[in-house]
Amino acid sequence: MINTGDTAWVLAGAALVMLMTPGLAFFYGGMVRSKSVLNMLMMNFICLAIIGVLWTLYGYSWAFGNDAFGGLVGGDEFAGLGKTIGHMVGAAASGPPPVPWPGPDALPALAFVMFQLMFAVITPALISGAIADRTKFLSWALFVILWATIVYFPVAHWVFSFDGFTGVNSHGGWIANTLKAEDFAGGTAVHINAGSAGFALALVLGRRKGWPRDHIRPHNLPFVLLGASLLWFGWYGFNAGSALSASDLAGVAFTNTTVATCSAVLGWLLVEQLRDGKPTTLGAASGAVAGLVAITPACGFVSPLGGIAIGLIAGAVCALSVSVKYKFGFDDSLDVVGVHLVGGLIGTLLIGFFGTKNVNPAALGDDGLFYGGGLTQLGRQAIAAFAVMGYSFLVALVIGMVIKHTIGFRVDPEEETSGIDEAEHAESGYDFSALGAMATSGLAHYNLGGADKVGAATSSTGAKED
Amino acid sequence: MKLVTAVIKPFVLEDVKNALEKLGVLGLTVTEVSGFGRQKGHTEVYRGAEYAVDFVPKIRVEVAVEDAVAERVVNAVVEAARTGKIGDGKVWVTGLETVVRVRTGERGSDAL
Repeated sequence: MINTGDTAWVLAGAALVMLMTPGLAFFYGGMVRSKSVLNMLMMNFICLAIIGVLWTLYGYSWAFGNDAFGGLVGGDEFAGLGKTIGHMVGAAASGPPPVPWPGPDALPALAFVMFQLMFAVITPALISGAIADRTKFLSWALFVILWATIVYFPVAHWVFSFDGFTGVNSHGGWIANTLKAEDFAGGTAVHINAGSAGFALALVLGRRKGWPRDHIRPHNLPFVLLGASLLWFGWYGFNAGSALSASDLAGVAFTNTTVATCSAVLGWLLVEQLRDGKPTTLGAASGAVAGLVAITPACGFVSPLGGIAIGLIAGAVCALSVSVKYKFGFDDSLDVVGVHLVGGLIGTLLIGFFGTKNVNPAALGDDGLFYGGGLTQLGRQAIAAFAVMGYSFLVALVIGMVIKHTIGFRVDPEEETSGIDEAEHAESGYDFSALGAMATSGLAHYNLGGADKVGAATSSTGAKED
Repeated sequence: MKLVTAVIKPFVLEDVKNALEKLGVLGLTVTEVSGFGRQKGHTEVYRGAEYAVDFVPKIRVEVAVEDAVAERVVNAVVEAARTGKIGDGKVWVTGLETVVRVRTGERGSDAL
């Protein structure tokens, strides 16, 4: 039977998670130079468009269909969102399936489909920060299609698809059901996955012109803080929504999401205060995101004090790890590795220390080290983290190399210098100049469907008016 | 006629303008400019990466005046713009050959 309270929360959660992608666009968009801001926004926004279609065609089915092969990928019974209208998904994450399936707290299948869609959208969008300012837009769109298909949909199956959830006898993925690693909302499937792919693409595309010597400063820090705040807001849908119920567990996840983010901001700013002497706006925004990333896998398994500890560690460690790219010379432009990969690893591994069934009795894993569970769960967490990291890195590297050597992955050096917005989108983000209107020579061409050049017409009319 | 040009710190502009109005100056032109002198630039830190910003934002004030008041205008600007700290700027005076008021076509001192 459908639980209406749960359903309302999952639908609202889906809308919250949707908002994260535009939020991320502004978080990233503020960090690039003014000549690249539109391209950065578009690299994120296009993910909504592409993944929304792919998810309907086969993405949802590959992620949440009955297991087709060894816990690695779902079948195609939900392709085209078949068998979802009027159907339900439900409980049965642990123990024997409640009778009759799907139990008393079922959700409409499509509410769950839309909720999970938004996760599939933001994950490839996260990658874009690693290759800002220099990526051909069409090549990026192609990468998103291929990476989502080969990496995200299967990995979502590994991590998010539980036995008996989308069908009475359905089987899910290996990480969730066989390994029993815990990932509440996507530390592995979303953040380690995206961070690792971002690292691979930063290597494939190479450094931006002038990096790291030239000043490549954020052009709009208010955007960055605004974007981080929208992410924080939307993340309540991501984490508390992942309880898939309007319940105590949702409250726990909501609380942990809050306290970990707060302590991560403090952790990042503390590092800056001690190391650089000044706490920065960019640091506060980055710290918030690092905390959100780290608490994502853990938010349904740890106590609020555990959440504070995880956030503090993530904030401080990520603040230190964003400098690593300068040491090794790879241009992960907006620190997708330093924030999402490192933050995702921290959160996923720390479940092995802070995880406890006191918080979530239904959890499939064991208690962590600090709760007398020994090293078992830590080992499982590590296997899950490194499996996703390795798979995503390798496939992203291969897709990236193929695109690079066929249609090309980078804009021309001249276009990179003059600005990718103009080169790839024929637009500029801002017009602050009083000369703005005068600097253009008027309408040159207007497409009315035909091939007529209205420019000629305009100039002849202009002549008449003179 | 003389053209008095001053490059000053942005936050003293109000004081400079008031001082010039008190002297009866009827118009001035203000531009935002960047440059460096002995003050040099400053450093900014983004995610731990330190950048040296070489050029400091300044305001350039230009006033065209009669020869007789040029010296008083210079003194007024210097007094109003001085904070005593490095980076207070410079004031210089150049000769003006012709000035024309666009609206009326008046020339010379009448155009000021």
